[in-house]
Amino acid sequence: MLEIKNLHANINGKEILKGINLTVKPGEVHAIMGPNGSGKSTLSNVLVGHPAYEVTKGTVTFDGKDLLALSPADRSHEGLFLSFQYPVEIPGVSMVNFMRAAVNEQRKYKGLPALTASEFLKLMRQKREIVELDSKLANRSVNEGFSGGEKKRNEIFQMAMLEPKLSILDETDSGLDIDALRIVAEGVNKLKTPDTSCIVITHYQRLLDYIKPDIVHVLYKGRIVKTAGPELALELEEKGYDWIKKELGE
Amino acid sequence: MSMKAEQQYIDLFTQCEAMICRQSADVLNAPRAKAFADFEKLGFPTRKQEKYKYTEVSKYFAPDYGLNLNRLEFPVNPYEVFKCDVPNMSTSLYFVVNDTFDKHVHPSAQLAEGVYFGSLKDMAEQHPDLVRKYYGKLADTSKDALAAFNTMFAQDGVCMYVPKNVVLERPIQLVNILRADVDFMVNRRVLIILEDGAQAKLLVCDHAMDDVNFLSTQVVEVFAGENAVFDLYELEETHNSTVRFNNLYVNQEAGSNVLLNGMTLHNGTTRNTTEVTLAGRGAEISLCGMAIADQNEQVDNHTFIDHKVPDCTSNELFKYVLDDQAVGAFAGKVLVREGAQHTSSQQTNRNLCATREARMYTQPQLEIYADDVKCSHGATVGQLDENALFYMQQRGISLKEARLLLMFAFVNEVIDHIRMDALKDRLHLLVEKRFRGELNKCQGCAICK
Repeated sequence: MLEIKNLHANINGKEILKGINLTVKPGEVHAIMGPNGSGKSTLSNVLVGHPAYEVTKGTVTFDGKDLLALSPADRSHEGLFLSFQYPVEIPGVSMVNFMRAAVNEQRKYKGLPALTASEFLKLMRQKREIVELDSKLANRSVNEGFSGGEKKRNEIFQMAMLEPKLSILDETDSGLDIDALRIVAEGVNKLKTPDTSCIVITHYQRLLDYIKPDIVHVLYKGRIVKTAGPELALELEEKGYDWIKKELGE
Repeated sequence: MSMKAEQQYIDLFTQCEAMICRQSADVLNAPRAKAFADFEKLGFPTRKQEKYKYTEVSKYFAPDYGLNLNRLEFPVNPYEVFKCDVPNMSTSLYFVVNDTFDKHVHPSAQLAEGVYFGSLKDMAEQHPDLVRKYYGKLADTSKDALAAFNTMFAQDGVCMYVPKNVVLERPIQLVNILRADVDFMVNRRVLIILEDGAQAKLLVCDHAMDDVNFLSTQVVEVFAGENAVFDLYELEETHNSTVRFNNLYVNQEAGSNVLLNGMTLHNGTTRNTTEVTLAGRGAEISLCGMAIADQNEQVDNHTFIDHKVPDCTSNELFKYVLDDQAVGAFAGKVLVREGAQHTSSQQTNRNLCATREARMYTQPQLEIYADDVKCSHGATVGQLDENALFYMQQRGISLKEARLLLMFAFVNEVIDHIRMDALKDRLHLLVEKRFRGELNKCQGCAICK
């Protein structure tokens, strides 16, 4: 589904990603862990096409297409979704209008007719239940005045609306209490199908108690330095990153 | 600039004064001589004058415009031209062609007992004492050359009179149409009187029907009596060859509540001067405006709110979205006079420049001579939020559409102040069309279609 080969990327002229290789197959859940500043968020931003980042080398193929050649909106239409670490507040744009624009542009891309108002509202209602999102929030401006937990739930709600093939959850657990974490994780699990994949970026094991990864990677200084099964996450939780640095001879 | 631009009007007035007066009413004629003297003394304001810093007035008056001082009737039936009766607007609909109130009465018109809405000239002839009491009392010709100019030349226009304690349920909608076959000047005068306890809403739509150069001056005087409630919505949807000078003066007695909302959707050059006097305790003014301008359009709003007495409230909100080489200006002064304690005043001006060439000038001014007041002001000029744009794109919304949604959200705050639901809905649609480039020029009364 996703194939990253030797990916290098800069921000403001500084190289952050220094040769990432990663393959995600349909149905797989990958966890990417690593100390602060290792490039985890840069990787997710580069994949969704954030304009601040410049890809200097390497290729990314998504479902056979050259992902880096697509606009951010088309990457979304192709089925790539990012749950933002810091969801953006958009005063004056209602959740309803925002989601309607998003859903209908995706449908247009796929050659489907726009949803009618009642079809759309019905869809909103169904998907809201997955993350127990209050109907009042759906009528407010996008993320405006939402609590940290509400913002993250709102991300998963949008994921439910857009039904992506590959979701990247960028520190979705940060700022969540244990109940909100459970609701968000259960939401992600409910949306999981044998064909969809997920990349979970996190510092902590606790999210991985709910969203079980198949493969765990350690990202360090812009490279993936270790890849193993779910037991790696437990080991990191217990021992921290120092032993990996030692292994690397630092 | 030399006196050249002034001279042609000085000559015109001298030559045509008799004709101007013959085609108008005595009450309107009475202040002409003083206005003329004031105009001769003042001349057109230059940009050296603080109040007209952003608009070069004489440049717009220098060309040769036709005038219709003899007031020949234009063969136009606006009800035919403008299919204006939108059922869900539910307004009493009236038309003015240039400065002439259209006499055909539309079936939608429903006025309460004692209410007058019609030609100012007719009202001045039928009820001279009433009109004399108010006419020219706010528009001081010795202080503003454009007020003087309009007072010299204006022969007619509109009068709205709502007697004491009469509540007008149905909003009034007035469609001003500029109509001419040659470059043309219109001087229109509006007098609005709400006696104590009266309530009314007025929506004014400005249009230019023909592809010629238009210059319009308009002086509007609004008197809101004690506890009167008045909404005035002004929507300009003209074209790039239209120049508009609008002077709006409002006087508010105790407990009155006035909402002014001026929206420029399409224009050429627009200068709106708005002066509000809070003369009675507990008076409240909401002064809003928005401008959406592109190409070489210019919108200059100059506002002045005078807190004369204690316990008054003013809320001011102006928003501009400027694209291409458009130029916007906002200068807002709030004066809190000595003794005007417990004044609450808030002024906000926010602006978006969509291109590097678009220019916005903003000048908030607060002068306070009382010590127990709550006043604030803020002005910003900025671009669209990059983070929000990217967030939307990640959800599959194209950059173009994302920009539209943000611009729309930006001006919505002004639309949300409107106290007429049907107009609010209509404006949401119109603004969206405007941003999508589907309102390229005046299409006639788009609000009414």
